[in-house]
Amino acid sequence: MSTAVAQTLDVKGLSCPLPIVKTAQAVRNLASGDVIEVLATDPGAVPDFDAWCRTTGNRLVEQTEEAGVYRFLIQKR
Amino acid sequence: MPAQVVVVGGGVGGTLTANLLSRDLGREVRVTVVDPTGMHAYQPGFLYVALGQASGRWLSRDERELLRGDVDLVVDAAESIDRSAGAVRLESGASLPYDYLVLAPGARLVPEQVPGMSNGDGGPGAHHFYSLDGALRLREAIRRFRGGRVLVGIAGIPYKCPPAPIEFVLLLEEHLRRRGLREKAEITFLSPLNRAFTVEPASKLVQPIMERRGIALETFFNVETVDPSAGTVTSLEGETAEYDLLVLVPPHRGQRAVEESGLGDAGGWLPTDRSTLEVEGCERVFAMGDATNLPISKSGSTAHFEAPVVASRISSMIRGTEPKSSYGGRVMCFLETGDRKATVLRFDYEHPPAPPAPSAIWHTAKWMFNRLYWVTVPQGRIPERAA
Amino acid sequence: MSVIQVDREIDARGMACPGPLMALIGAIREEPVGTVIAVLSSDAGSRTDIPAWTTKARQELLALEDEDGYARFVVRKAR
Repeated sequence: MSTAVAQTLDVKGLSCPLPIVKTAQAVRNLASGDVIEVLATDPGAVPDFDAWCRTTGNRLVEQTEEAGVYRFLIQKR
Repeated sequence: MPAQVVVVGGGVGGTLTANLLSRDLGREVRVTVVDPTGMHAYQPGFLYVALGQASGRWLSRDERELLRGDVDLVVDAAESIDRSAGAVRLESGASLPYDYLVLAPGARLVPEQVPGMSNGDGGPGAHHFYSLDGALRLREAIRRFRGGRVLVGIAGIPYKCPPAPIEFVLLLEEHLRRRGLREKAEITFLSPLNRAFTVEPASKLVQPIMERRGIALETFFNVETVDPSAGTVTSLEGETAEYDLLVLVPPHRGQRAVEESGLGDAGGWLPTDRSTLEVEGCERVFAMGDATNLPISKSGSTAHFEAPVVASRISSMIRGTEPKSSYGGRVMCFLETGDRKATVLRFDYEHPPAPPAPSAIWHTAKWMFNRLYWVTVPQGRIPERAA
Repeated sequence: MSVIQVDREIDARGMACPGPLMALIGAIREEPVGTVIAVLSSDAGSRTDIPAWTTKARQELLALEDEDGYARFVVRKAR
């Protein structure tokens, strides 16, 4: 089953806490169940997104890294 | 036989250092945190409590929950440090021997050193938001406030969180405006310096905001005494101002245990090396956070960034390798300006701050930090990175 | 380089917040009258800020020395 992405947010080059802040703002405009794809280069984004998803109840569907780019798939609760 | 590390203080610095040591060294180390209350407070929250924007409930958690399982916690107050014996003497009479000592006991408030500044008991003297009970009393005083002259000032230096009094006056102005009381209030900020805030580019951002909102600025006003019966406050520089509601940053000193041990300077602060964070003249003793004599920010952020350095240096010493990690002065603090905007101060010894114009992004970032703190910072889940 | 006897030296070079003037005021508040305090500052603004405060607060600025990349302010607590 593929996860259709409702929005892609490119925060490559931005450092903590901007990746998570911009994601939170974008998620506010999504419908429940929508998936957002976030692309970041800041390694700090990994624990930030993990903590944020746990605290907000949004689901971290997938998290991968390739050639220094972190890709997060987050589903809005 | 594992090396014994005693960490005095279970605040952000002590908790994070203990967790990093335990994670890095495992069975090679035995870490003991000693804290007088066993509760860990999120101090940046007191400001919000005073303004009715947050409940005291989310400000404090069990220190035990924030520490890794193999870190010992002793709930007791450190009374003194016996360097010749290599042990921390506790109030209960017990003693904690150490091979390495981390002093992260923070700072204590001494409002009684300002004549006329009541101990935050809600009487006609001065209020503050530097403790939970102080913030709660101030909250009630603000609720009862129906108009008059409001003074916000500083009654001691150094103090924790340089931006806090500016944040307070800006957020209070917004609060009174939203309550429809702004017309009835005359608000003045008493700055110890010749401008609103010490960091000049930040002061340049904040002063026009204060002017637009009708907050008067008195400069070079270092509060010396309060006269509650006359409703006046007097400065070191010889000026007097009148108030109906007075909010002051109380004077701070180093902790008694530091003073008892003869380690502190005139203010009770620990003489500390700015890079290695070792306490001068003491082998294997480190200091961090609010307790040092370093003329850097007394802020959680400072302790947060110092902790990996202290942990790394102790780890190296335990393993018998050359300590490489050093503290470069990195700090990151938000400065709320009201109306859901904030700026950010990021700097280190080599790079002065260049704060951006206040925006919603940084206010959101601050509130995310407020909420995520408990599940990220004390456990060391925010990795160290270059400024 | 002066030969004034200094009781307490504060190296605030590279320390933007709370800054050299705040460090000086703090030391003045903590120490007894007569104490001689030296503050090292790499901040250009200190050259106006520190003398402005010592004048206003009637404290004694004994010396302002220019060094390589920083300045050294020597103040005696007069009151």
